Amino acid sequence: MSAATLPAVHLTPKPSIDGSEGQLLEVSMGPQHPSTHGVFRMDVVLDGEQVVKLKPVFGYLHRNHEKIAEQETYLGSMPYTDRLDYFCSITNNWAYALAVEKLAGIQVPERAEYIRIITGELTRLQNHACLIGFLMQDMGASGTPLMYAFREREKILDLLEALTGSRMMCNYMRFGGCRVDFPTGWLQQAQKVVEAFPRFLDEYERLLAENEILMARTQGIGVLPKELAVNAGVTGPMLRACGVNYDIRKVDKYGIYDRFSFRVPLGEHGDVYDRYMIRLLEMRESVKILQEAIRDIPSGAIMDAKTKIRGFRPKAGEAYGRIEAPKGELGFYLISDGSPNPYRYRVRPPSLINLTVLEDMCLSHNVADVVVILGSVDIVLGEVDR
Amino acid sequence: MEILLNGSPSGQLSLLIDPEHALAVAKFLRDAEHLRFDYCSNVTGIDWPGKEISVTVKTKKIVDGVEQEVEEIQKSQSAGCLEAVYHLYSMEKKHGPVILRMRTENRTDRVSLPSLTPIWRGAEFQEREIFDLYGVVFDGHPDLRRILMWDGFEDHPMRKDYVEPDDYEYEPTAHDEVLQKAKRHLNRAGWP
Repeated sequence: MSAATLPAVHLTPKPSIDGSEGQLLEVSMGPQHPSTHGVFRMDVVLDGEQVVKLKPVFGYLHRNHEKIAEQETYLGSMPYTDRLDYFCSITNNWAYALAVEKLAGIQVPERAEYIRIITGELTRLQNHACLIGFLMQDMGASGTPLMYAFREREKILDLLEALTGSRMMCNYMRFGGCRVDFPTGWLQQAQKVVEAFPRFLDEYERLLAENEILMARTQGIGVLPKELAVNAGVTGPMLRACGVNYDIRKVDKYGIYDRFSFRVPLGEHGDVYDRYMIRLLEMRESVKILQEAIRDIPSGAIMDAKTKIRGFRPKAGEAYGRIEAPKGELGFYLISDGSPNPYRYRVRPPSLINLTVLEDMCLSHNVADVVVILGSVDIVLGEVDR
Repeated sequence: MEILLNGSPSGQLSLLIDPEHALAVAKFLRDAEHLRFDYCSNVTGIDWPGKEISVTVKTKKIVDGVEQEVEEIQKSQSAGCLEAVYHLYSMEKKHGPVILRMRTENRTDRVSLPSLTPIWRGAEFQEREIFDLYGVVFDGHPDLRRILMWDGFEDHPMRKDYVEPDDYEYEPTAHDEVLQKAKRHLNRAGWP
């Protein structure tokens, strides 16, 4: 149903078990609810406060990114990828660059691989920090936790701005490497930020991890069974909160992830609390990777000299490249017909697929929990709608 | 079933399967002990428009009373097809991808494929997306509706022969209905 044909609220009579006339209430939550990071709507059917049906509705931000990219050169659609998930533009760049590199068989120099790891993990840190802040905001803890998270995010954005020239839409990766090398003193600055980060995590954990209200609002809420998560293609922290050990950094070992020692934190119950804790633990692992990468980064070229950026025409064929983006598996599927623009360009967005199980998680919970459950999925609508 | 080669250095081969047996193949891939492809990652639609195929045929003809071999170019039109591609991985065995492809018979009137959503729920939204943007009807899909474009939208914008409207403002939008309703309402109330 389109927005115009659905009245915001209407009542449907329903016979209840004890014979008295009950009523179902159909509510349209959104499209501009503060917990939806972008324009998103849910058709929720309520029995009293309980959710009996929920259908996510999206498409409000749809720009047909895939069609645009099919009319652009391979390099030309690189800046569009930043705008998919506008929180993690660097990892979006990376996924696309990886797919093109697979398609054309391009090797990436050593230093560029390290740069990708460092910038990618910084992006993961700030994404997870923000998500936790937003989750607290959705729970009603307005202000403090989000501001603490944003304070940390600012430090990372400062770094990214010094490197790429923009704070959010970092258009940085290229096929065969990166656009520019680190400016002088950048690595030292990054090291300071990374070293200070665990202190923020400690503080955050002390503040919130054992908070009674947080535990009451999140434990046992929005439980996602393991089998359903796998079958529905849920990926990222949401999947690992259910206890499934699947991290593309470990499975595919893309880039040079096999050189770093980090663990994959796993949850047990698959509820909102586990999803929150997984993100905290993942940030600690990211800090480890960052420290190792900053310590070991070699000098050398940042671009593969043989790669032709202008007039780039890969051989006819196809490739699917995927990475572990902060929200889950972000994949790009490209088909080349030998011309300068891709014949088919497809984004596999983690946010969209993770929403498949939204109804299953929300059923029989209260309407106030829907907001919290949606917050724990971690969506960005730029990526859902493309 | 046919194995399709891939010309690019990625070397990802794919399996072209018959839509008739797709569900059985998918079920086998998911459930077989040594395969366990339990995770359907990416579902893509592709449009292959019909092409003009010209074939040179040698025929014997009588020219000026003498039999000669004449080369003739015979032109024909291929129907083209719409394709759905599934990227499968295994979370249990940690291997993959296996790439499944299915093709429709043509692009205009026989555009249906069996839905693999009953096997992998991960395909639910993506098959809806292909239905919306390419117009492939997935038989057996639990909830096949438009997903990204609005309900009043008629064409399938990702098809290669889609022509953009000159002016998007003249597309019928949901807003038009609201406007009409408001006008009726105002007239009844005796407004000008």
